[in-house]
Amino acid sequence: MAGAAPPAPVSAGPASTPPPRAPVAERPWHRFSPAQRLARFAVYLVIVAAIVLSIRAVEVIPEFLYDAPEQMVDLLTRMWPADWGHYREAVHDALIETIHIATLGTLLALILAMPVGILAAHNLVPSTPVNFAAKLILVSSRSVNSLVWALLFVGIFGPGALAGTLAIAFRSIGFVGKLFGEALEEAQQGPIEALAAAGAPWMSRMTFGYWPQVKPAFWSIALFRWDINVRESAVLGLVGAGGIGMVLDSALNLFQWNRVAVVLTAIFAVVIAAEIIVTQVRKRVI
Amino acid sequence: MNPPATASLPADPFRRGPWSRVAAIALVLYVIYACAQLEVSWARVQTGLVNAAHFLDRLIPPNFSRWELLAKGLKESLEIAVLASALGIVLALPIGLTAARNLMPAWASWPARMIIVAARSFHPVIVAILFVKAVGFGALAGILALTLASIGFIGKLFTEAIEEISLKQVEAIRATGASFASVLAYGVLPQVFSRFIGFATYQLDSNLRNSTMVGIVGAGGVGGTLFAAFQRFDYDFVCAILISIITLIMIGEVLATGVRAIFIGNATLRDLFRRGGALPHERYLEDD
Repeated sequence: MAGAAPPAPVSAGPASTPPPRAPVAERPWHRFSPAQRLARFAVYLVIVAAIVLSIRAVEVIPEFLYDAPEQMVDLLTRMWPADWGHYREAVHDALIETIHIATLGTLLALILAMPVGILAAHNLVPSTPVNFAAKLILVSSRSVNSLVWALLFVGIFGPGALAGTLAIAFRSIGFVGKLFGEALEEAQQGPIEALAAAGAPWMSRMTFGYWPQVKPAFWSIALFRWDINVRESAVLGLVGAGGIGMVLDSALNLFQWNRVAVVLTAIFAVVIAAEIIVTQVRKRVI
Repeated sequence: MNPPATASLPADPFRRGPWSRVAAIALVLYVIYACAQLEVSWARVQTGLVNAAHFLDRLIPPNFSRWELLAKGLKESLEIAVLASALGIVLALPIGLTAARNLMPAWASWPARMIIVAARSFHPVIVAILFVKAVGFGALAGILALTLASIGFIGKLFTEAIEEISLKQVEAIRATGASFASVLAYGVLPQVFSRFIGFATYQLDSNLRNSTMVGIVGAGGVGGTLFAAFQRFDYDFVCAILISIITLIMIGEVLATGVRAIFIGNATLRDLFRRGGALPHERYLEDD
């Protein structure tokens, strides 16, 4: 650009005291550098390509789509009137079992996730291989869906609520441990250094230095995960892991849509109730 | 003699209140009661451990001999995830915008909020059951189920993000006499764009996880293959499928982190390889 600089404009008037400065070559302002724009463009390109390829490859039978509204109406007429009597016969007990699965699973996950979270926090355990191993446990717990965990535990313990509880617990370890470990890493070092300077042993540093700092985070993680687990435990029964999903599965297999309607209403009510409880508890306690 | 100032301090600042003790006792009683209800016993755990040994023995080594079936399922899962995310994001944007109470009147925001709550309340697998009935077995049911889940999740977070924006910029644009569309484009969207990228990539991740599961109820993808292999006690094939699913999900997570680095961290393609795109995840987004 320097060689092609335009000649300096002739300054108007007689020789003024400050000599005219060399003009800055006009350069439009760009928000992003070309490399940044290229990166963004590459992402857009990949997204568009992925969508186009998926639309072309996915196997959709259009005839099924055309009669979808008809099928929906059929579904609703079969669901209504709902078989409310079924609630007392089977749904109620299964619903309670679902809540037990979610709660016990969350508690077990909290107990199991705490040591793993501590091992993953670099400021508590200053050893990179140990942190890495703990994080690997957390990632593998999270990448396996709770339905897959449920399938595995049904294979081991047989169908029933025990498999569901363990599935919920193992799926939650990764979530709770990751957030708990991050909360520990963000703790202020001041109180901990003060405790260490006073000669406090490890346990005292944990209970009086870290725990008061991470306590709000811990309880809010626990509540949040419980809310998620209530939703998840409702489907575990589809693979035989106990709870209301098993009632749903048997009603579906027998095409008893009026019973399915009852089960869905019950799940909806429980999920909304759990959300209200979590919001209220969070507002009052945390 | 102690100085009098210490007398005003509580004896032990870490002493727990009476309620926490009551809560702890209640919790222990609940655990005992619930374990009795679920018939959890030591004997069951013991027989389970013996079964687990057998089970693991048959799980390993993984059997990749039917890789064509596996690849077909994974491809379909991937297609379901991509299309459901695209459709879900496109639909969630107007709904989320309408639900924001600081921009819209109450008569518009309440229906939109109801849609979001309804879309969020059921697990995608349950929604998939209903769509299988409506549009038949296959990938379409999975796409529709995950689209609904995406509308619920992105709609909720997008609404919250818009409700937290600073209204000063909106007012400034409005004061110039800009139309509503311009207010959105220049006053609202730039403030929520980076958070939106966070939700969108997270949702793609979550749809990828769930698209491998909706097959259990016949809505397409590798889940159907997995469930069939389980029911046939074909555990070495199950292991192969699980390894592939976990690999796919981890690749998806790496890609999502890359996209976040490019759009939120203004990284270039070269930066991604240099520093591995280390960006913090958005907190509390994980709820698949």
